[in-house]
Amino acid sequence: MSADGAAVASARVDALPRVAAARRGRTFDWGTVVVHALLILCVAVIAFPLYYAFVISTQTVPEVLGRPPLLRPSGHMLENYAAAWQRSNMARLLLNSAVVAIASALGKIAISMLSAFAIVYFNFRGKSVAFWMIFVTLMLPVEVRIMSTYEVIGSIGWLNSYAGLTIPLMASATATFLFRQFYMTVPNELVEAAQLDGVGPLRFLWAFLLPLSWANIAALFVVLFIFGWNQYLWPLMITNTETMRVVVIGLQDLIPRTGTHVPEWNVMMAAAMMALLPPVAVILFMQRWFVKGLIESEK
Amino acid sequence: MKRAVFPNRLLPYLLVLPQIAVTGVFFFWPALESVRLSVFRTSPFGDKSFFVGLENFRKLLTSSEYYSSIVNSFLFAFGVTAIGLGAGLLVAALATQKIRGLAAYRTAVLWPYGIAPPIAGIIFLFIFHPSYGALPYWLSFVTSYEFNWLLKGWVAMALVIVATAWTHVGYNIAFFLAGLLAIPASVLEAASVDGAGAIRRFRSIIFPLLSPITFYLLVVNLIFSFFGSFGVIHAVTQGGPGRATEIMVFKVYNDGLIGLNLGSSAAQSVLLMLVVIALTAIQFRFVEKRVTYS
Repeated sequence: MSADGAAVASARVDALPRVAAARRGRTFDWGTVVVHALLILCVAVIAFPLYYAFVISTQTVPEVLGRPPLLRPSGHMLENYAAAWQRSNMARLLLNSAVVAIASALGKIAISMLSAFAIVYFNFRGKSVAFWMIFVTLMLPVEVRIMSTYEVIGSIGWLNSYAGLTIPLMASATATFLFRQFYMTVPNELVEAAQLDGVGPLRFLWAFLLPLSWANIAALFVVLFIFGWNQYLWPLMITNTETMRVVVIGLQDLIPRTGTHVPEWNVMMAAAMMALLPPVAVILFMQRWFVKGLIESEK
Repeated sequence: MKRAVFPNRLLPYLLVLPQIAVTGVFFFWPALESVRLSVFRTSPFGDKSFFVGLENFRKLLTSSEYYSSIVNSFLFAFGVTAIGLGAGLLVAALATQKIRGLAAYRTAVLWPYGIAPPIAGIIFLFIFHPSYGALPYWLSFVTSYEFNWLLKGWVAMALVIVATAWTHVGYNIAFFLAGLLAIPASVLEAASVDGAGAIRRFRSIIFPLLSPITFYLLVVNLIFSFFGSFGVIHAVTQGGPGRATEIMVFKVYNDGLIGLNLGSSAAQSVLLMLVVIALTAIQFRFVEKRVTYS
C-alpha cells in the first residue's frame, strides 16, 4: 500500500507545476518527451520476448523458420493452440498447476495465521523454539535437501499425489512473520475488550482478526499463487506420471530439441503462452495486491 | 509488545502444530538426513552404506568439476543480479521523473515476474536458436561470429542469465519504485533550487537514500539466482554445453537423482546449506539495522 499511497501523493505534487506550465502557454518540455521515449523503449525491450513468443504461436512452421524472422502475427493461432492443448494433455496440466498453486497458497496462509496467532496472543513454554524453527526454514530451501526430502516423501507414500505436491510447500516463515507483524499492530484494547466480553481465543481469531486481515490475505495469496504455479524442482522430483505433472514441467515435452523433431516452435510457443497466462493475468488484474504482498512479505 | 494474552495452556500448541509438523517432517528431518548421508558412502541401490567421515567433502573440494560448478553459480548469480538491479534502477528512476503515467508504466514492466524462469528460458531458447532465432539472425549482419549456444558455453550462460533476469526485473522495479517514492519531494526540490542537476541529484541524494533497498535487493537477488535457478538450467541447457552452465544446485540434483551418488550429493547439499545460511544471516542483520534506524 505504501507504494500506491506515495504514488498518489507524488502525482498530486506533480500536478501543480504542470498546471502552471500549461497556463504559461504550453511550453513544450523536451526533457519529459525524452523520459517518456526512454521508458517506452524499456517497456518495448521488456515486452519483446513475450510479443515474439505470441507472434510465433500464430504462425505456420514455414513462417516460423522463414528468414528474415516474421515479426507480426499470422492467422494460425487457433490450430496451433488446439494442437498444443491436445498434444500436451494441457487441461490436466493446467488443472494440476491450479491445484498446487491454490492449495499451497491457502494452506500456507491458514497455517501461518494459526502459528502467528499462537506466537502473538499466548505465552507458552517453547514459544521461542517454535519461532526459531519456523525462522530456520528460510535457510533450508528444497534445493539444499533434494535427495533426503525425496526419500521422506517416498517413505510416506506421497509420490505422485496432490498431498505430496502441496503439503510440504505449506510451511512459510515469510507468511508467518507477515501475520505476526500485522497482529502486533492490532491495538491491545481490542483483545482486552473481547476478553471482557468473554470472547474466547478461537472466536477472537475468527470474528475479529480474520476480518481485519483480508488485505494481507489477498496480498499474500497473489504472491503465493504465483510462487506455487511456478514451482519446478519440487514437482519434478516427486511426480513421474503424466497425470500428475504440472504445466511448467509438462510443456517441455513439446520443445523441439535440435535435430530430433519437426521444429514445431509455433505449437511450443502456444503451449508456453497457455502456461504463463494464468500467473501473468493474476499479476495484472490484482496488481495492487501483488505489489503490497511483494513488499510487505519482505519486511 | 503485546501484553494481553489468552490464558489457554494446550491451545497454543495445537495452533503451531501444523506449521511445526510440516517444518519438522519436510525441512528438519531431510536436512539432518542430508548431513548424515554426507559422511557415508551409499551404494546406488541404497542397500549398503559405509561411514567415510569427511571423504565425500574431500573428494568434492579436490574435484575440478565441483570448482567449475561453483564458478558457474557465481557467474550466473552475479549476471542475473547485475542485469536485474541495473535495469530495475534505470526503469524506476525514469518512471519517477516528474511525468504522468507512473502507474501505467509500472504495470507495463511488472508482469514478467509471473513467468516461470523455465518458461522464460524456453522463449529465449528460441530467440537464441542458432538456425531459427531472431537474435543470431540480426547479429549475423554485424559480425560473422557464430552465436550458437549449443557450441559456445558463454552464449548458453548468457541465454539462461538473460532469461532469468527478464523474469526478475519487475520485482526489482517494484522495490526501487517504493524506495524512490518514499524520498521526500522537498529534499529533491531543495537540491534543484541549489542548482543540482538531475545526475547530481541522483548521485548525491537519491542513490545514498536508496542504498538500504539496493543492498536488500542485492542479497535477495543473489539468493534467488543461486537457489531458484534450477528450473531454467534443467529446462534449457541441462548444464551444457560441456559443463558450461552446470551450477551447484543442478549438480546436486544430477549427481543425486540421476547419478545416484548419494554421499556426494548430500555433501553438496550441506555445502549449499552453509551458503544459504550465510546469505540469510547477512540479509537479516541488515533488516535488523533498518528496523533500528527507521
